[in-house]
Amino acid sequence: MMDTAEMLRIFNRHRGDAIVVPGRGGRHWVKISEKPNRDLPLGDPAMGGHASFAMGLALALPRERIVMFDSDGDIQMGMGILATIAEQKPQNFYHFMLDNGCYATTGGQPVPNATTIAYDAIARACGYPRVHACDNLETFSILVERVLAEPGPVFTWLKVRPEVENQPIGARAKWRTRTAGQAILDLRRELGIVEQ
Amino acid sequence: MHAHPRVPGVHIVSDTQKAGLSPETVLAEMKKNGVTHVVWLPDSETNWLFLLMQAEPSLTLVGVNREGLAFSAAAGIAAAGKKPLILIQNTGLMESGDSLRGWAIGLNIPVVLMVGYRGWTRTGVSSDTAATYTERFLDAFGVRYYQVEGDTDAPRISIAFEEAMKTKRPVAVLVADEYHGFT
Repeated sequence: MMDTAEMLRIFNRHRGDAIVVPGRGGRHWVKISEKPNRDLPLGDPAMGGHASFAMGLALALPRERIVMFDSDGDIQMGMGILATIAEQKPQNFYHFMLDNGCYATTGGQPVPNATTIAYDAIARACGYPRVHACDNLETFSILVERVLAEPGPVFTWLKVRPEVENQPIGARAKWRTRTAGQAILDLRRELGIVEQ
Repeated sequence: MHAHPRVPGVHIVSDTQKAGLSPETVLAEMKKNGVTHVVWLPDSETNWLFLLMQAEPSLTLVGVNREGLAFSAAAGIAAAGKKPLILIQNTGLMESGDSLRGWAIGLNIPVVLMVGYRGWTRTGVSSDTAATYTERFLDAFGVRYYQVEGDTDAPRISIAFEEAMKTKRPVAVLVADEYHGFT
């Protein structure tokens, strides 16, 4: 299993100008990213929708590379989007999925069938043309460059160590430095998108 | 394939109502309001739009398989500066409560939802609970809505777009098509 922050540090070396939707990795990514105006750390607007949000970005910004760090809990809640992404075939979409096997933000309860589910097989069966799986940093440091050189959509299943939170939500440290709305505005300014 | 059977004399409607809401009119409203992507899941009230949308080069159709995913997908499209339209049925709208809350209202997404109003009848008598809860659901989330039944109501679609842009919130258009659907 990988440490999420370490994995993201390795990814950052290969990021280039990609727009990053860090999903559940957001609290680490905001400390690592050197291009915050190209990041969308949205927190958790509603569970299960991160991949479809990022797909929407990819479809609407075909000249930009979109990198998404999804989670196993989110994917299980909105698994149908894998078929939609495979059908739309956004060539600029890089779909990484952090699998910690549990709902870490609610105390670490396991996601259904956490130990034997095969997310790479699911993505491939839904029609993703390129699928990878990785459970250690050494392999990831080699794989990430290859993944980002491939045409999307690419799905990469990453086994990461759970970082379980047990404190009530109100007592947890706030990691976001901007609201989700501000992050979207900052990205639009960065890309020169005129407000309608 | 055969047409949905109708019994003459059962429905008393005006000529305007008989005409219903034509797909050409809806498509014209989409183009007029600059829609770039239609995020949708087929439903019995708006199924007649599909072929026309598919043939329209200015539109990208994004089919989803659960309506909640439509809201997050539309939020991503809108965040990138494009103009999505969500086309779903009232049953799926009710399934989508948390996504509507978090992705559309929470991120201030100015998006129009065209919602097939399954179960709606002109008389108000319906055994379909999908109709019973539709407006109550929208009211609970503070989402404003306009009802369209025929081509003469089409300007309300543009009003919905204008309101969504002005308020940066989702606005619904209820497609109350008593005769094309399966209600």
